[in-house]
Amino acid sequence: MPKLTIDGTEIEVEAGVTILQAAETIGIEIPRFCYHERLAVAGNCRMCLVEVEKMPKPVASCAMPVGEGMVVHTNNANVRKARQGVMEFLLINHPLDCPICDQGGECDLQDQAMTYGGDRSRYQEEKRAVEDKDYGPLIQTWMTRCIQCTRCIRFISEIAGTPVLGGLGRSEHLEIGRYVGAAVSSELSGNLIDLCPVGALTNKPASYTYRAWELKKTESVDAMDALGSAIRVDTRGNEVVRILPRVNDDINEEWLSDRSRFAIDGLKRQRLDRAYVRKDGKLAATSWSDAFAAIAGKVKGVAGSKIAAIAGDQTDVETMQALKDLLIALGSGNMDCRQDGAKLALGNRAGYLFNSTIAGIEEADALLIIGSNPRVEAPVLNARIRKRWLKGGFKAAVIGPKTDLTFQHDWLGDQASILAAIVAGTHPFAEVLKNANKPAIILGQGALAREDGAAILALAGKLAEASGVIKDGWNGFNVLHTAASRVGGLDVGFVPQAGGKDTAGIIAGAASGDISVVFLAGADEVDMKGFGNAFVVYLGTHGDAGAHRADVVLPTAAYTEKSATYVNTEGRVQRTRLAIFPPGEAKEDWKVIRALSDALDKPLAFDTVKQLRERMIASNSVFAGEGVVKAAAWTGVGTEGALSDTPLASAIDNFYMVDPISRASKTMAECTAEFGGGCGCNSKKKTGTHG
Amino acid sequence: MSTEHDMTSFAFTPENLETAKKIIAKYPAGRQQSAVMPLLDLAQRQVGWTSLAVIEYIAEMLEMAPIRVQEVVTFYTMYNQQPVGQYHVQVCTNICCLLRGSDGVGETARETLGVQWGETTADGKFTLVEVECLGACVNAPMMQINDDYYEDLTPESTKAVLEALKRGETPAPGPQGGRQFSAPEGGPTTLLGDLTFGPEKA
Repeated sequence: MPKLTIDGTEIEVEAGVTILQAAETIGIEIPRFCYHERLAVAGNCRMCLVEVEKMPKPVASCAMPVGEGMVVHTNNANVRKARQGVMEFLLINHPLDCPICDQGGECDLQDQAMTYGGDRSRYQEEKRAVEDKDYGPLIQTWMTRCIQCTRCIRFISEIAGTPVLGGLGRSEHLEIGRYVGAAVSSELSGNLIDLCPVGALTNKPASYTYRAWELKKTESVDAMDALGSAIRVDTRGNEVVRILPRVNDDINEEWLSDRSRFAIDGLKRQRLDRAYVRKDGKLAATSWSDAFAAIAGKVKGVAGSKIAAIAGDQTDVETMQALKDLLIALGSGNMDCRQDGAKLALGNRAGYLFNSTIAGIEEADALLIIGSNPRVEAPVLNARIRKRWLKGGFKAAVIGPKTDLTFQHDWLGDQASILAAIVAGTHPFAEVLKNANKPAIILGQGALAREDGAAILALAGKLAEASGVIKDGWNGFNVLHTAASRVGGLDVGFVPQAGGKDTAGIIAGAASGDISVVFLAGADEVDMKGFGNAFVVYLGTHGDAGAHRADVVLPTAAYTEKSATYVNTEGRVQRTRLAIFPPGEAKEDWKVIRALSDALDKPLAFDTVKQLRERMIASNSVFAGEGVVKAAAWTGVGTEGALSDTPLASAIDNFYMVDPISRASKTMAECTAEFGGGCGCNSKKKTGTHG
Repeated sequence: MSTEHDMTSFAFTPENLETAKKIIAKYPAGRQQSAVMPLLDLAQRQVGWTSLAVIEYIAEMLEMAPIRVQEVVTFYTMYNQQPVGQYHVQVCTNICCLLRGSDGVGETARETLGVQWGETTADGKFTLVEVECLGACVNAPMMQINDDYYEDLTPESTKAVLEALKRGETPAPGPQGGRQFSAPEGGPTTLLGDLTFGPEKA
């Protein structure tokens, strides 16, 4: 371990660390534009110059490894002079449009120019101008502002794995551009905006609508997919202006998928802002009390077994706990949080979690993906798998849709029978799993939400037990969920109670008349035609499928408008924070259910969210630990059975439109039109296996 | 030679494919991308320029992203990004050639071919471009036509070279003023006369 002196402080760091990283360990920040800790070192902006004694010239600290006995000065007169020179060159061609630039106020160039910039320009010649590029509906380009740090090129090539950007031309004519005809269609493309140190790439949907310093910042958790990425919700007044990722190395590092980032205009459109009751076949706006009266009139006197509830994909745990309590009070056990009908292992927590954890996938050395396309189901996770693959010594294979996953893998086919062959040991990939130190399996909802889902689950479980996927100190059996609510729903037990019906049973019962009242808690992805003559009460945020079918609509809050608990696919309990208030008369979901319980004369035993959360912890202790993953004990999963020969497909057809929020989003509609469902790799029609 | 702007597909001829394989074999396995520059050159020799079709063909052959190949093509000026004529006439106008009369060479070339800088003659035979130093300053002024240097040019010799090409002849490359390569003008000036040296020289 080399010892060196930085600004008079002697430190010892690991060999191979750069001077810039070494300086950071003792709290010295060196200015930089091109260097980014999660990207390859480029060393082309020259802003990080430092002086090293006995070296003839200032050196770029981001690219210079530490050496024994180095004496580094990061902030002496020489260094400042050198950086001022670099800054002067950068500013030569940079426009003076900070007052109208969206990056203004959070711009690296602006900030560093405050320290190293001159107060006037010595440059008399003409400035260079660069034509703007078309990067699609999400990214606005202002290429004249570009300082050619190449962070965008490196991100799209290394992290996203879709190399479409490059530096074209040479010297003064160098421009960052995309390959002719190639769209910047990565599901992670929004991160280019965060990475750009200047205002060359900005947020197109939010263009010219905000200044960075007038936004209120609320740290929260994403509910657009099952990863629960850490986000920051930036709001002004009662409006979400943008969503940015926060650093959380356990989940999303510092990336965020485009749907999580850009679907926010869907929070303003098609919102349910007051209660509705269906009168003469049409929904008519009404008051809360009238809506409750309408429900009470229908529910009272109905036998408990004729009442049912289905929870949707973004429903929080509080809501499901409250609704479960209400249904049990009404004498019903008909409830399900799996609106897609996925045959998830109930009661066996390890059987429905992403056990290796998201960060843990970086330890795996063999991976079998079954019935999933992680690139559209969880792009941030896919980037993790790609990161693992780039390190080498990693074998991946897919049984399911044939797509470009951005990492090398063997496509074994799309038949469930291949999985059976691997379990039987007759398929060559069985050896790969057996010989691996830490083999992992990712089981997608596309494999579980079908007739033979339980049989596939059983096979995967068997394979896991037999191939060392589950052993002491390692559990690589991973179920990848697509819905933010799913694990929470299973943890809180929002599943058929003794003698109760599941989603398919509820729909069949409603069609045959066995079920006469159905509560839909944000469930929009079930077949609404199947409910026959049942009385449907919809609690939700958007005028989507559920509200169109409903007889009573109760407006509730979206994930940015409440403090709610979600459990991500790893089993990590996380809480969103209220960033803005729900629109109009909409209320937090659990409060609606609490009020409804009074109207039904079955008052629930909690009045505050604190009491409700205590109730949740009492029903399942996992809710006590926020932000942590508790390893779950493995017991067998699934029931063996016959396999169908329907091809295994991903649970998500169109990456940009998955839930009520993204379906209401204009930005997501533009992306669908431009990119056709994301990466162009999964554009086929729905198959019969979709829930 | 292709002069089509919309080249839709490209493939190496069987002979060039053999050559390409030999070039790729020069690099260690997994480092085949190092062959990108010689392969682009080979393709340019086959069709005259490096079109998008060429870029994509080579990208696929070397298992690299097309944008990475395009970066190389746009970086080096000697890869033609537009179709050129049968004879690619590149006239140097940098300082040494300028001082030795490249203005006259350029003007004669434009008059003789009837095109401006950057243009191709109507028959598609000649493309005339102005280039930076080609490293033959000792024989300034000069121009490069395809792989050959024509040096020590005057307006007259420029015209003679171009007219000869027009007639389909192949004028001899090298200095047009009669001197041998870059030997002194008017013949050798050293090692002539008395060759005795030092004490011998009484």
